[in-house]
Amino acid sequence: MNINTTKIISLLFFIFSAFYLYTAYQIQVFAFDENAPFNARTFPIYLGYAGLFFSGLKLILPDPDTIKVEHRTLEYKKTALLILIAIIYGATILKVGYFLTTSIFLFASYYFLGERRWVLMFLLSFPFVAGFMYLLHGVLEIYLRDPFLKSIGVMG
Amino acid sequence: MTEGILIGLTTALSFQNIFMVMIGCFFGTIIGMLPGLGPMTAIALMIPITYGFDPATGLILMAGVYYGAVFGGSTSSILLNAPGVPGTVATSFDGYPMAQQGKAGKALAIAAWSSFAGGTLSAIYLLFMAPSLSKVSLSFRSPDYFALMILGLTAIAAFSSKGQFLKAMMMVVLGLMLASVGQDSLSDITRFTFDNMNLTDGISFVLVVMSTFAMSEALTIILKRNDPTAAAKQVSLTELGSIRINKEERGKMYRTIPRSSVIGFLIGVLPGAGATIASFLAYGMERNLVKDEEKEKFGKGSVNGLSAPETANNAACSGSFVPMLTLGIPGSGTTAVMLGALLGFGIQPGPRLYMTNPEIFWSVIMSMYIGMVILLILNLPLIPYIARILAVPKNYLIPLILFFSITGIYVMSFNNFDIYLMIGIAVVATFLRLYDFPMPPLILAFVLGGLMEENLRRSLLLSNGSWEFLWDRTLTVCILVTTILIVLWHIYKTFSKKKS
Repeated sequence: MNINTTKIISLLFFIFSAFYLYTAYQIQVFAFDENAPFNARTFPIYLGYAGLFFSGLKLILPDPDTIKVEHRTLEYKKTALLILIAIIYGATILKVGYFLTTSIFLFASYYFLGERRWVLMFLLSFPFVAGFMYLLHGVLEIYLRDPFLKSIGVMG
Repeated sequence: MTEGILIGLTTALSFQNIFMVMIGCFFGTIIGMLPGLGPMTAIALMIPITYGFDPATGLILMAGVYYGAVFGGSTSSILLNAPGVPGTVATSFDGYPMAQQGKAGKALAIAAWSSFAGGTLSAIYLLFMAPSLSKVSLSFRSPDYFALMILGLTAIAAFSSKGQFLKAMMMVVLGLMLASVGQDSLSDITRFTFDNMNLTDGISFVLVVMSTFAMSEALTIILKRNDPTAAAKQVSLTELGSIRINKEERGKMYRTIPRSSVIGFLIGVLPGAGATIASFLAYGMERNLVKDEEKEKFGKGSVNGLSAPETANNAACSGSFVPMLTLGIPGSGTTAVMLGALLGFGIQPGPRLYMTNPEIFWSVIMSMYIGMVILLILNLPLIPYIARILAVPKNYLIPLILFFSITGIYVMSFNNFDIYLMIGIAVVATFLRLYDFPMPPLILAFVLGGLMEENLRRSLLLSNGSWEFLWDRTLTVCILVTTILIVLWHIYKTFSKKKS
């Protein structure tokens, strides 16, 4: 069976709009605002209906120019790995600090994308991040909390 | 006005701002040359850096990136037949055949001079048009603004991609929905936060831009196994040929540039239109206007065919600043990003901008001239070398784009929730991109969401909840009729295309 993915996305958007609309009706407004011509829930309610309208139209109208994506040719593995590295980066940055996590993030990304020139990989991660950190911290005066550098006495 | 021009010149000619224009042009050229990575990605990556400067400098830097990216797109169109941005597709029609004939240097020079002339002429039009339009726009009321935003969002959806109007409208609604997250501006009631404190202030504009452009662009490249840098490796430094333009070629350009700059500027002013439509229209118009023997050369390396779209796309870039600076309503995705950045600086662009912040208003216009000169003297001789820089392997380019995106978000909030949110939005955006859902309408809607709600609120409160405000004023009616005409034209175009 041929499944039209654009229609599936439209259906998901329709469901999302319905949920959005339901949540919009649940927004608590002040009692004196309840019957006002415009309150905090008015605009979201219109948006919810607009979402239902456009996704509904997309669902029911014929779609002759539908986009066909050849999933076998897509690089899911590397993309998923990069996303995973980014999530791990987000989870560790506050505890470990900017320098080490960012450097490891870059080094790991080069590696998983297939790079094996170790010296270049190193230069474009640790010294590169150190230089960028100096630009942010030293020149632009943007404070970067870094427990790791603090523990080894590099940062005050 | 003279005083304003002098203020603008003084600000734009400061050492720091000239340096920023140079950096912006250079960086923009590099990003613009990479197929798939356009001005929006380049500007998005720059936003966190601009917050380290004052608003005028920040905007000057972004304007430089914008021009550089458009120019960079032309370069890859001519040398590689791989337009970096849609606005430079028409450039490749005659630029690439010229390069294949061993005249790549000449094609680059024609493109550079045409861009320079188009940008400079349209900056002059902007100089005279913007203050007058600002005065006119002072008479705009909330219903007019609300109608104008509907027009802008409908137009960007109608012009975004062929036959994808409904998809673009869905993206508009999604952008408005994302903008509605957080505290209501008047009552401070939280909406769609699901008791998460991190969402109380809403979703950051920079986060949405970074995730839907820079990060999702990088993920799309990996997912589709594209290599934007592969084409750059083919560029040979020795095969570019001379960059000199002879008298006959100059004569052709003198006729093409003025008319293409006018059409480019006017199209750029229209909400939603922009460089792509301007360049195609200018190309088509030029083909109709030249003599029959020149007409034969179109598509085979015509000077007019190269000069017209190049002039028009740069003129359209300047034109797109008009609605942003005078009405506070961006006409394109790129200027929407700039508007969002300005709002981040605490500055509200609009009709009063040139009275309240003349240094910003005028310095941006003045920096356009400087940007054009810098593009010409810096980029033209350096293009082959910049093209070589682009031969950086994809394995390094993608992690660096991800690095700049994530760092940009982290240094703005120091909060890992924003990193997770960014990854989430980027994954959804990557998936939507696969199925041709356009992202610029989402950004424009996200930027306009707050303003739109505010103007609708005022209109409804003043009319006591009645929707009569939509037809109470002639101006509102005119704007809404234009919106309806755009939709009808789009429907007609879709059905006539299907019939044929």
